Amino acid sequence: MLRLELYKIFKRPRTYISFAIITAFALVIQLALVADGKNFISFALQAVNEQFDIRGNILNGYLVTYIILQSLLVQIPLLVALVAGDVLAGEANMGTMRLLLTKPVSRTRLVLVKYAASVCYALMLITWLAIIALALSVSIFGAGDLINLKSDSFVIILKDDVLWRYVAAFGFAALAMSTVSALALFLSSFADNAIGPIMGTMGVIVVLMIFTTLDLPIFNTISRYLFTTHMIGWKGFFDDPVPYAAIIRSAVILAIYTVLFVGATIWWFNKKDIQS
Amino acid sequence: MAADIIIEAKNLSKSFGKFKAVEGLSFAINHGDVYGFLGQNGAGKSTTMRMLLGLIFPDEGSVYIKGEKFGNRSRHLLKHVGAVIERPDLYKYLSGWDNLRMFARLSGVPITTNRLHEVLEIVGLKGREQDKVKGYSQGMKQRLGIAIAMVHNPDLLVLDEPTNGLDPQGIYEMRMLIQRLSKDFGKTILISSHLLHEIEQIATRMIIINRGKKIVEGDVSTLLSPEDTNINVRVGNTDILARLQATQWANSLKNTTDGELQFRMNPSNIPALNKWLVEQGVPVYEINASHSLEAYFLSLTNEDNAKA
Repeated sequence: MLRLELYKIFKRPRTYISFAIITAFALVIQLALVADGKNFISFALQAVNEQFDIRGNILNGYLVTYIILQSLLVQIPLLVALVAGDVLAGEANMGTMRLLLTKPVSRTRLVLVKYAASVCYALMLITWLAIIALALSVSIFGAGDLINLKSDSFVIILKDDVLWRYVAAFGFAALAMSTVSALALFLSSFADNAIGPIMGTMGVIVVLMIFTTLDLPIFNTISRYLFTTHMIGWKGFFDDPVPYAAIIRSAVILAIYTVLFVGATIWWFNKKDIQS
Repeated sequence: MAADIIIEAKNLSKSFGKFKAVEGLSFAINHGDVYGFLGQNGAGKSTTMRMLLGLIFPDEGSVYIKGEKFGNRSRHLLKHVGAVIERPDLYKYLSGWDNLRMFARLSGVPITTNRLHEVLEIVGLKGREQDKVKGYSQGMKQRLGIAIAMVHNPDLLVLDEPTNGLDPQGIYEMRMLIQRLSKDFGKTILISSHLLHEIEQIATRMIIINRGKKIVEGDVSTLLSPEDTNINVRVGNTDILARLQATQWANSLKNTTDGELQFRMNPSNIPALNKWLVEQGVPVYEINASHSLEAYFLSLTNEDNAKA
């Protein structure tokens, strides 16, 4: 059944829009940095250069990858929701849900397979991002030490110590996108049209991200429980030392949200009348 | 006999808000039946069919497939059923073959490639299976829908309005296909259609529902008795009425309009009636017999609506 779902997903031309968007986005950033990278680096290091003398291949593939990942924080969940929000609502919209559910397949299994298919899609998207951002950037700009600039400090990670961090970061991002897929699937189970779940997923993520980023006491209390706060846990792999406890806590919270969203989808879908 | 029952609805009820779509509906479909499911728009036909297939959950009552209670935990019973509900909505961006293959894999029964070719042959889509469904006509989609419904060789086919959107040629071909599925392949068929003439020609048993309740159920041949045939006689004048009242034809006369006499009787009486009218010097311009399910259906549903 999973193979059939993946076949359906990857037979639709619109599935490839996400891959095209990521490619275009990464290429634009890479081209911009090829053309004007030196100015960008001197601007970014303006404050640091007053106290430190930093030399070497600063604008390297690892830094470019980090810049691309930072820039795609909001876009990637949207691209994941494009497919995950469509898996149930799209079937209802096309009218194929009726035909699917006249087959001897349990509704729970159908939800789980659809979720698994959307996670596979998210994993492929992340893998593609890794190839286009990391592999291409390193081949264009070369490898080097990674300077991770933060608001009040900076971290230098030695060249030989970077690659495993990216592998771990992409793995964590895949987990975060599984949670986004679960949210989109949940919203998809209520709708007969994919637009609602896709917009709904983005709406939830944007609103919760505002809670996460606004530094107000009332939001600080709740933001530690929001999955959006933990979606950016991958950044921890670029700290020194790596805050493993915080990363694991974030991963557990994301996993709990995933189970809750998928569980709620199964519960609702098993009692839903199919009238579309 | 209970062993012959393929699917049975027992006391099904379903409401949407305050609207009672189906109320206490019970019926059984036996092996080999072509079972016509009739009702006006909004009578509850589609809701009932969806409850039979587990698409909609009844508020009360149960569905039994081959004697086993059907529900979310016994969806395996659907391997005995194939269905096309309302429209055969398919994956338009895939070919007919891909659609058929995909749904065949979900049917709970191992399906060979030969079987896929065989059902395409039966529904008349051989040679067009590699075309994308978005290029199919409505008739081709309906036929592919039926191929998908029957690919796993189920005992029962549930066809909800299979002639919807078809042109007269398509309707004819669909009727032939359904008759073939019943006669040549021994399928039990539950079919709803608003084209009563079609049902009349293919159904062996039928149920008529109105406002969610059963009005009548039985063998088509029994329900549509020849004695209830409508005979319309167009005559030059109706001055004959007084003489007619004193004859055997008086009991059969149901209505008179300007230049037309309407009888309800067995059509075998037409020659005798015609002879009597001619002997009475009444010019007879036209006689037609319409033994229609439509007339029967309308009389029952109108009567039921009048009671409401």
